[in-house]
Amino acid sequence: MKRKHKESLTSLAILSPSIITLAIFVYGFISRSVQISMLDWNTFASFMKKAREYVGLDNYYELFTEARFQTDLWNTLYFTIFFIVGCLAIGILLSLILNNKPKGGYIFQNLYLFPMAISFVVTGTVWRWIFSPGRLPADPRGINLLLSHLGLEKLQWSWFTSTFSFLHFNVALVAVIIAAVWQYSGYTMAMWLAGLRGIDEQLVEAARIDGASKWQIFTKILFPIQKPITLSAIIVLAHVSLKAFALIYAMTGSGPNNVTDIPAVYMFEATFRSNRYSTGSAIAIVLLMMVGLLIIPYLINSFKED
Amino acid sequence: MNEKLTTTEKIIRYAVLLIFALFFLLPMYVLLSTSLKSFSEVSINTMWQLPTALSFSGLREAFKKLAPNIMNSFYLVIPATILSALLGSLNGYVLSHWKFKGSDTLFALILFGMFIPYQSVLFPLVQFMQQINLYGSIPGLILVHVVYGLPITTLMFRNYYQDVPEALTEAAKVDGANIFNIYRHIFFPISIPSFVVVFIWQFTNIWNEFLFAVTLTNTQSQPITVALTNLAGSQVVEWNVQMSGAIITALPTLLVYIIFGRYFIKGMLAGSVKG
Repeated sequence: MKRKHKESLTSLAILSPSIITLAIFVYGFISRSVQISMLDWNTFASFMKKAREYVGLDNYYELFTEARFQTDLWNTLYFTIFFIVGCLAIGILLSLILNNKPKGGYIFQNLYLFPMAISFVVTGTVWRWIFSPGRLPADPRGINLLLSHLGLEKLQWSWFTSTFSFLHFNVALVAVIIAAVWQYSGYTMAMWLAGLRGIDEQLVEAARIDGASKWQIFTKILFPIQKPITLSAIIVLAHVSLKAFALIYAMTGSGPNNVTDIPAVYMFEATFRSNRYSTGSAIAIVLLMMVGLLIIPYLINSFKED
Repeated sequence: MNEKLTTTEKIIRYAVLLIFALFFLLPMYVLLSTSLKSFSEVSINTMWQLPTALSFSGLREAFKKLAPNIMNSFYLVIPATILSALLGSLNGYVLSHWKFKGSDTLFALILFGMFIPYQSVLFPLVQFMQQINLYGSIPGLILVHVVYGLPITTLMFRNYYQDVPEALTEAAKVDGANIFNIYRHIFFPISIPSFVVVFIWQFTNIWNEFLFAVTLTNTQSQPITVALTNLAGSQVVEWNVQMSGAIITALPTLLVYIIFGRYFIKGMLAGSVKG
């Protein structure tokens, strides 16, 4: 018994640097953010005074009634949906083809995956130039210029500078979504491919002998087997989209009328550009809760399966 | 699954693979062809054309501007990667083979740190770094990356060590080895493959990171990702310099990917709860 006790203490001692720093850097700072989000530190003067005047949930209330933040939430919703659908569709399609081991498949596979190794900042810088619309119709740039070369002027539009929207969907987001899908669809492909390689070939073979079509094999066999993998991919991608700060920052910024704004960009500007510390903290806590809503059910579920 | 395909099906499949290859290579084409043009040739009208003559002036200019930041990134990434991997390895070892009452809960509490959006700690973090006089410095940024890297490195090593049979630890204990000896003589030597995966994962992530880099550094200590956005944000739009800067920023992690691709994918799948 005594020995066991000593062992536990040694274990704790080894873990202690991590426990202490994470206690401060994660739990301490989150609590502090919650606290600041309930103060009125929204001017530099009130921040300097360090006054502890609690305003309750006022900052949250103001946020949710404010046009910019509402736009941000819609943008996040649409960005997340199209980003996930795009990555899943392309990733799954490519993994199905590559799983058949076509000649040169390995090269293609590596090609589709390399954007994962690159910074969002690089992705944003390059795609910003590609999607820079120029002045239409006289002076097209980027992809619009390419469309001119190809005689497809009809497809030209103002990409991420467009202020057109329907059902709260700012179409300017399309450009950002394409860049994000470019970076992350290889990830879904790799996840699916790893899963497909583990599926018993005889299962598929048997179905084929029984006359199942390719579509049936996909919907009735492969997709159900791959459901857990798909679900983890969705969680990760949704998580990425909530954090797509660097991509937006490098590629478009908030854009005209905040068409490409997201909460993370607003948080950064509020906190570090306009001294609205409490508003910034409130946005950060909303972000944290959004991630929590997404992750906690998933974690509980996967721990249960363990 | 080698099903028999008709020729048409084969053609369609290759067409799909090629179309996507073009999509994935398009930005690379733009990057390379633009960065190898001279400033006079970088007009908007020739954006999609190959350079008529190779010019390294863009790359040279970008390198000159970014050289201090490249060094900053290396000073940041190398120690942060090594430290977070070593600590993660020790944590993973203890949490898989020296479990104690509440250690699983502790593990869950550690893991939580990798799911949070870092915005939720950002402002208090900046204040804290100012208080301990590490704000704006590379050691400060190293500390931040080590701490927030701990959850993922701990997870990766714990999963790896969990496959090591308990009997091995028990036998060593009977022989009188203590917790440190067992780590040094048994676990550390067999974790080289795991270290490679974690190193590559951390190197790539920390090199590419932007949020902490932009909020916790000053002009002297900026890593390359921040310098690239500043380069791109400057008034004179020298596209060849910008694209060269983007290439220089991407090159180290791309090289790691090309050389260690297999391990990179392993890390990606292992760290897939992170993204």
